[in-house]
Formats: sequence, structure tokens, C-alpha cells
Amino acid sequence: MRVNFTVNGRPQEADDVWEGESLLYVLRERLGLPGSKNACEQGECGSCTVRLDGVPVCSCLVAAGQAEGRDVVTVEGLADFAKQRGEQGGCASGASGASGASGSCGTSLQDAQGWSAKGQDSQTGEGTELAPIQQAFIDAGAVQCGFCTPGLLVAADEMLERNPNPSDADIREALSGNLCRCTGYEKIMDAVRLAAARQGEAV
Amino acid sequence: MDFLRPASWEEALAAKAEHPTAVPIAGGTDVMVEINFDHRRPEYLLDLNRIGDLEEWEVGEESVRLGASVPYTKIMENLRGELPGLALASHTVASPQIRNRGGVGGNLGTASPAGDAHPALLAAGAEVEVESVRGSRLIPVDDFYTGVKRNALAPDELIRAVRIKKADGPQQYSKVGTRNAMVIAVCAFGLALHPETRTVRTGIGSAAPTPVRAKAAEEFLNAALEEGGFWDNGKIITPSVAKQFADLCSGACNPIDDVRGTASYRRHAVGVMARRTLTWTWESYRGTAGRTNKGSAA
Ligand SMILES: Cc1cc2nc3c(=O)[nH]c(=O)nc-3n(C[C@H](O)[C@H](O)[C@H](O)COP(=O)(O)OP(=O)(O)OC[C@H]3O[C@@H](n4cnc5c(N)ncnc54)[C@H](O)[C@@H]3O)c2cc1C
Ligand code: FES
Ligand code: FES
Repeated sequence: MRVNFTVNGRPQEADDVWEGESLLYVLRERLGLPGSKNACEQGECGSCTVRLDGVPVCSCLVAAGQAEGRDVVTVEGLADFAKQRGEQGGCASGASGASGASGSCGTSLQDAQGWSAKGQDSQTGEGTELAPIQQAFIDAGAVQCGFCTPGLLVAADEMLERNPNPSDADIREALSGNLCRCTGYEKIMDAVRLAAARQGEAV
Repeated sequence: MDFLRPASWEEALAAKAEHPTAVPIAGGTDVMVEINFDHRRPEYLLDLNRIGDLEEWEVGEESVRLGASVPYTKIMENLRGELPGLALASHTVASPQIRNRGGVGGNLGTASPAGDAHPALLAAGAEVEVESVRGSRLIPVDDFYTGVKRNALAPDELIRAVRIKKADGPQQYSKVGTRNAMVIAVCAFGLALHPETRTVRTGIGSAAPTPVRAKAAEEFLNAALEEGGFWDNGKIITPSVAKQFADLCSGACNPIDDVRGTASYRRHAVGVMARRTLTWTWESYRGTAGRTNKGSAA
């Protein structure tokens, strides 16, 4: 079957989708967006977390057909999404389910596929602009193998959108569906605290 | 496989009547795991996500009509006052991502003895509103669970909503697991005080082939509270009464040994949770003005 939906602000069309296929599979294998990771396919690890009409979900547990006509934000579109939100002083369009049908904003598939975490040096800020949460993960050393990172970024970014001044308990709760086998979580906590603090300064 | 995408409730009922083997999919947090792992290859998937009615709830005089697909997150955020037991139980389900998708309709559809909604529904008192092209009926939740992962739905029926009695007193939910998030219950216990009818109701999860109420324990406690005038005088429940209640709750279990825990551990833990939740709810009841006659609650 064919599935039409919006990914990172751009209308997309996936063809020959098997009816039992997950949204995660469609993103990775049919649209060439491998940012969302496949680690468990059973909702346990959160590495496949994306936003579906603004809501963080495990894309491995969304049937592709259920995404028809809906709005998906993946880690590849996170920087643009955060930027848009900043400009609009609150919610980015994806969160409201607006389809961005004009195609005037959002990340093109080509850009998204070519995405990489440049600008490692926060001093020079060279390369592609990262979302504040991505920069904070780099600055706090919260990335080791990186497999859990995309899901954590999407989940953490959504929490900071809802709750700009999270307590440690809030952070732990919001990230409780994301497993990391490398960092021991402390650096991840640091990164989210850092992003929250920077967000506070920016206001 | 075919993917059916009804745009309305009527279309969904018609599709289910035409294809009784079709597997409904709401949040997909049970169904997709089975498909991803090749445990299930349904001929038809019946997507319920386009039916907005299923994601709505109505708060009435006596009860809340909770649409089958209202995700746990919404229950936690919006119905804590009306459905405190279910809101607490919802908060223990998995993780934010799962709670954003999964809901009570899916929990009832799966009817796992470990499903967290069940003890809360049993304790609060609820009816499952099911419908087919033949008509609709209300199934008391006590009669809904018919076996391990079996429920009372006919092949052409879908769950429209659950009608849950609004809380008229304190409710609690307790669950044993190895960590706070992402844990399937080793066993679980729900308790609701109903001061209006002067009754106590319970629900036990993961300690029998189906979710069950501890009826003998409820009857014992109802009688003991009545006899001692506890509902009026608001006195502390005597330890011997609490212990007997706990023992009877343990006795209501019919558990198995499995990877999550042994049968005897489950029986023990249910007793502990029964005593604790009784203490918590009773303390809260004593502290409220809900009592008809404020005795000397020293
Ligand atoms: C990682 C993980 C952790 C989990 N942890 C918990 C936990 O802690 N506690 C817990 O209770 N559960 C847990 N679950 C199980 C699951 O999330 C719940 O059972 C949830 O309530 C299912 O809801 P859903 O909408 O996703 O159901 P779906 O997967 O969409 O459906 C579940 C079943 O119900 C049927 N169904 C759905 N809607 C209807 C309807 N309206 N009418 C008739 N049949 C219907 C489906 O056909 C299917 O058989 C977990 C699952 C995962 C993946
Ligand atoms: S791959 Fe989806 S939660 Fe692990
Ligand atoms: S950095 Fe390796 S899993 Fe988290």
C-alpha cells in the first residue's frame, strides 16, 4: 500500500509498504532516514522515538498505515523543528499537526538524508546548526556509541518544550522510556539540565 | 494482509462484521510487538486511529465514559480526580512513549492478567461498553475476563468505551516490579473505598489466570467496618482486621511460578499491598470531611 504523510515538515510518499510494517521501518528503509534507531522493535528501548502529531511515540509500534495523513518529526528534523519553535515563541508547527503543505519550511528529504552532527566545536559553531538539545548532548559528553541518542534527543526536546524548568525527577520520568547502555545516564542528565539552563538564559 | 482504515465508528463496526477475524489496532503497543516478532500475521488489521470518538471521554453524574482509545497519558492528566485508581495505575504503565499511545481499550482487548488497568477497574466498578452491527451491550468488568488473555467480546464486537464509576472515596493502586518504569507487574493490587455505599472493592493483577476481585476479603472488611462503626467514627482500622483482610486477599490469588516471581511470593506480596493500600486509603478517608459523623478520631 501507499502511505502519505508529512516528515519533518515535508509531504512524503512511501510506496509498496507492507500492511504490517512499522513506521520505523518506513522511515529507515523506504525514506532513507536512519536517524531513528531500531534496537528492540518492542517498545522497550525508545531508540526509535519520533513525534507523531507532536506526541513522542515509539515508531516501531506505530503501524505505517496509522501514520497516513499525519505529521512526523524525526531526529533529522529536530534542529529545524526547534528553530521554528523558537521563532514562533512556543510550539513548532509539527506539534499542532499542521501539515506544512506549502512545503516552504521543514527539512527536505535530501537535506535530512545528508544530515550529520557537524559543529562539534560549540565555540566555532561551524557546520550545520544543531538544536539546542543536540548541542547540549555534545557539550556535556552525553554521547558514547550514540545508538540511544536520537530517541533521547527527541524525548528530551519534547519535555523541554512542555516543561522548561524540569526537576531531576521530571527529567528521569520523561526519559524513562529510553535505555542507554553506555553512559550510565549521568551525562545525559547533565545535558538536559544544560539545555534547560541555556533555554532559560535565552528567554 | 489488508489494512482497513474506517473513518467512523459505524464503518468500523461494519468492517468488523464483514471480517470477524480482523485484528483491531489502537495504540498498537500490544499488536505491533506481535507483528514485529512474527507471533501474529492477521489477515486484516483494523485501524481505529481515525475514529476520534474513541479518544474522547465524558464525565457524567455517576460515571465517566472513557473512550476505548484514550491514551494513558490523558487519563493521568485529566481524570485524576474522577478516576484516581485508574490514573495511578496508568502512571505505572511502561514509559511516556507507550502511555502516549496505549489505552484501556487495548488493555481490555489483550486481557492479560498483568494489565494494569484491570485491578483499578475492578476496584472502582466499571462496565465495558461493546458494540457490533447487531447492537450494543454493557458487560460488567467482573464478567469481562474469561481466561488467560481471553475476554467476553464476540468476534464481531468492538469496545466503544468503558463506563467507570466516579470515585466517591479514596482509591489506591500498588504494583510490584523490579524498577519504576517499563515493568510488567509481578503482581498488582487496586483498592477503592466507597463511603456512599459503605463498601470496599478490590482488584488483583498478575496473581491468577485473570484479573480478580478478592470477594471474601471485601465481605469480611465490609462487615468488620460496619460492625465497628468505622465509617462513622473514622477510627484507625484495628491491626487484626487489617491482617485478616490481607490474608484473605492473599487467599484470593491463584498464581503461578514464572520468570517474574514465584506463586508464593505473589501471594505474600498481594497481602502486603492489600494491607498497605487499605492503610493509605483509610488514612485519607479519616482525614476528609466525607464522613457522615466526625467521631473522636484521636
Ligand atoms: C514496552 C512495553 C511495556 C508495556 N508495559 C505495560 C505495563 O506496564 N502495563 C500494562 O498494562 N501493559 C503494558 N504493556 C502492554 C500495552 O501497552 C497495554 O496493554 C496497552 O493498554 C495496549 O493498548 P493499545 O491501544 O496499544 O492496544 P493495541 O496493541 O492496539 O491492541 C491490544 C489488543 O486489544 C485489541 N483492541 C484494541 N482496541 C480495541 C477495541 N476498541 N475494541 C476491541 N478490541 C480492541 C486489539 O485487537 C489487540 O488484541 C506494555 C507494552 C510494551 C510494548
Ligand atoms: S526499537 Fe522501538 S522501542 Fe526499541
Ligand atoms: S550512548 Fe551507547 S547506548 Fe547510549
